[in-house]
Amino acid sequence: MDSNTIARSRDMTPYGNPRLLVIIPAFNEEETIASVIEDVRHNCPEADILVVNDGSRDATARISEGMGVATLTHPYNLGIGATMQTGYKYARLKGYDAAVQVDADGQHRADQIGRLIRPLIEGQAQVVVGSRFLDEGGYRPSLARGAGISIFSRIVSAILRERVTDTTSGFRASGREAIAFFSVFYPDDYPEVEALVLLHKRGFRIIEVPVEMSERAGGQSSITPTRSAYYMIKVLLAIFVDLLKK
Amino acid sequence: MPKIHYFQIVAILGSIALFGVVVDFIRRGLLKEKYSVLWLVLCVAVTALAIKRELLDRIAIKLGVAYPPSLLFLVAFLFVLLILLHFSVVISILHEKNKALAQEIALMRQTIKEAGAKEREHNARGL
Repeated sequence: MDSNTIARSRDMTPYGNPRLLVIIPAFNEEETIASVIEDVRHNCPEADILVVNDGSRDATARISEGMGVATLTHPYNLGIGATMQTGYKYARLKGYDAAVQVDADGQHRADQIGRLIRPLIEGQAQVVVGSRFLDEGGYRPSLARGAGISIFSRIVSAILRERVTDTTSGFRASGREAIAFFSVFYPDDYPEVEALVLLHKRGFRIIEVPVEMSERAGGQSSITPTRSAYYMIKVLLAIFVDLLKK
Repeated sequence: MPKIHYFQIVAILGSIALFGVVVDFIRRGLLKEKYSVLWLVLCVAVTALAIKRELLDRIAIKLGVAYPPSLLFLVAFLFVLLILLHFSVVISILHEKNKALAQEIALMRQTIKEAGAKEREHNARGL
């Protein structure tokens, strides 16, 4: 999707120019942060960028501030959930119409942001999740990871009564209502799957759109084999507890 | 009057000592009253059961506990569990508040930075 399409769809919105914020949560991402910011500036120039630095011990914050990007720095490491929430709090404070989460490791491509934003602008959904599996995107996860992804997909699809293929995707766009909600409620660690269930319980309209992602350019996946058992248990527990909440 | 057992004396002295320590901690500001209530109730309950031997025996028989003094351990253990659960809840609440505070600091730092930049710009234009 080119920038023309974005410009055109802007005209159809009830509130004139939607203000778009790209939130980049970053923890020790000095290798990739500059290229991610460049990518967003080049491929999504209408968006403002916010880096939320989660107490990095490396040059992440210095690099992003040096590039003139608004940078929020946690006084110490709070985890990805709190980091995203800080971003949503900022988005709400500044009155943005939409916020897109883009990971700092380079796997989310800025040229795909338009696809995420379009359903928000056209009013089809309040939250849009970019899925690696909807298209012939070519992403083939390892066997173990594929099994985990498939289990989450089945459970979440059953709860939402709607097919969700990529529940762990962090590449998402949220409209005003979802920004307001996330700035108050956002799960702590491994938040992606749980956030979907929370949104559903609050009656948000969620849709998936196909996106292409890159191999991560640097850094490590936060999901090491040793942590994946904890990941599964924590997320499943959180989902069922969420279902019991009022 | 039944014979007084050693376990009663130990339980009573232990409870009174713990009670004293807890009250002293509160007095010195090391412990908030709010978080001392369960400790104090534990001391009172154990002391009461140790003094009132008949009561301890009666409850033990009702519960099918063959050796009544072990009921004291059960009571103390249940209170300790309750206290631990209470602390887990308190820690969770603190965790939330602590997170909100750190986020607020991050947002305020940025606001200050922006205000500073705006002022510098303003001053530069003024000159």
